[in-house]
This record gives sequence, structure tokens and C-alpha cells, in this order.
Amino acid sequence: MPMAADEIEGLILKGIPDATVEITDLAGDGDHYAARVVAESFRGLPRVRQHQRVYEALGGRMGGVLHALQLTTAVPDQGARQ
Amino acid sequence: MTDVDSRIDDIVRGNDVVLFMKGSVLFPQCGFSSRAVQILEHLGVDFASVDVLQDAEIRQGIKTYSDWPTIPQLYVKGEFVGGSDIMMEMYESGELEQYLEEQKVGRAA
Repeated sequence: MPMAADEIEGLILKGIPDATVEITDLAGDGDHYAARVVAESFRGLPRVRQHQRVYEALGGRMGGVLHALQLTTAVPDQGARQ
Repeated sequence: MTDVDSRIDDIVRGNDVVLFMKGSVLFPQCGFSSRAVQILEHLGVDFASVDVLQDAEIRQGIKTYSDWPTIPQLYVKGEFVGGSDIMMEMYESGELEQYLEEQKVGRAA
């Protein structure tokens, strides 16, 4: 069962309340997404930990119902650079 | 540590650079694994690979080993580096090449 983009966004925001989330439906099929998550609370965390926080927010769906989610994470000032 | 954890541990510690992936280097079975292989080949790194599709125990076990829900997974000198998104981000910024140099990993012949 694919997930809707706003469902993914909602879960991430629930787990990481200070996040700004941008979801792109890559293939237009409701199954292949890219997510960009920018959060001040990521500051100082290694990239692996930042991604793990997003995966935690998704509550085990990653790798299951959510097969294809390309994830990038950043803290706010990094976000301005990209 | 469970049996499968110690099996994974042996692989991770026994290889300077190892990629857990779906399919083989020649025939990756997933776009994300394929991308990970391409990055390592492009950097000319000598790396080992484990096809998790050939081993259900490792396929499940590797997810808890590093608390990481997806495959591929890259390990360098015993440390978990990331999945394909992190590899791509680090590759594009030049960080991955720099990291591999710092870790003094072997180059592909």
C-alpha cells in the first residue's frame, strides 16, 4: 500500500516538530518520493543520526510500505546554501 | 550479541569497505543498490559486497545491526557510513572521497 505525501509529511512533523518538510512525488505514482527535512534540532548531529530521526518519526514504515524515499536532511543555514 | 549479529560483525570488521546490497555488483537488483555500486566504482575503491537477497537472516539482521531500515548500507573500517542517499550526498560534496582517503582504504586494481 503506497502512502500519500501529506501522510509522510504529517508523520515527520509529529516526530520532529521543528522540521520543515518538502515532499516530492518523483514518479507521480504515489510510491516514489523524495523528502527534504530541515530542522534546527538536527544541528550537531551526524548525518546518519539525522536520517535515523526521520526514520524513527516514520515509525518503521521506511523499508516497508515506504520503499522508495530519497532523503536529504539539513540544518537551516545549510538549507540556504543548497 | 545474536548469531546473525556476530556474523555481520565478522563481515564488517573483516573488510575495509563493505557494501550490503540487493543483488550483485554486476547485477544489482534495486536502483538504490545500483547507485551505491556506481559511486564506489567511480571512486575506484576496492570493496567487498554482500547480496542480502541470498541470505534472509542477514537481510533482516543488518537492519537492526545499525538501526537502519534500508539497504544498501556502506561500512568503512567497521563504521557504518550510511545508505545510498548519504553516500550520494557525500559523493557530490567530495566528502566521501576525502573520508575514504583519510581511512586509507585500498584502491581497486
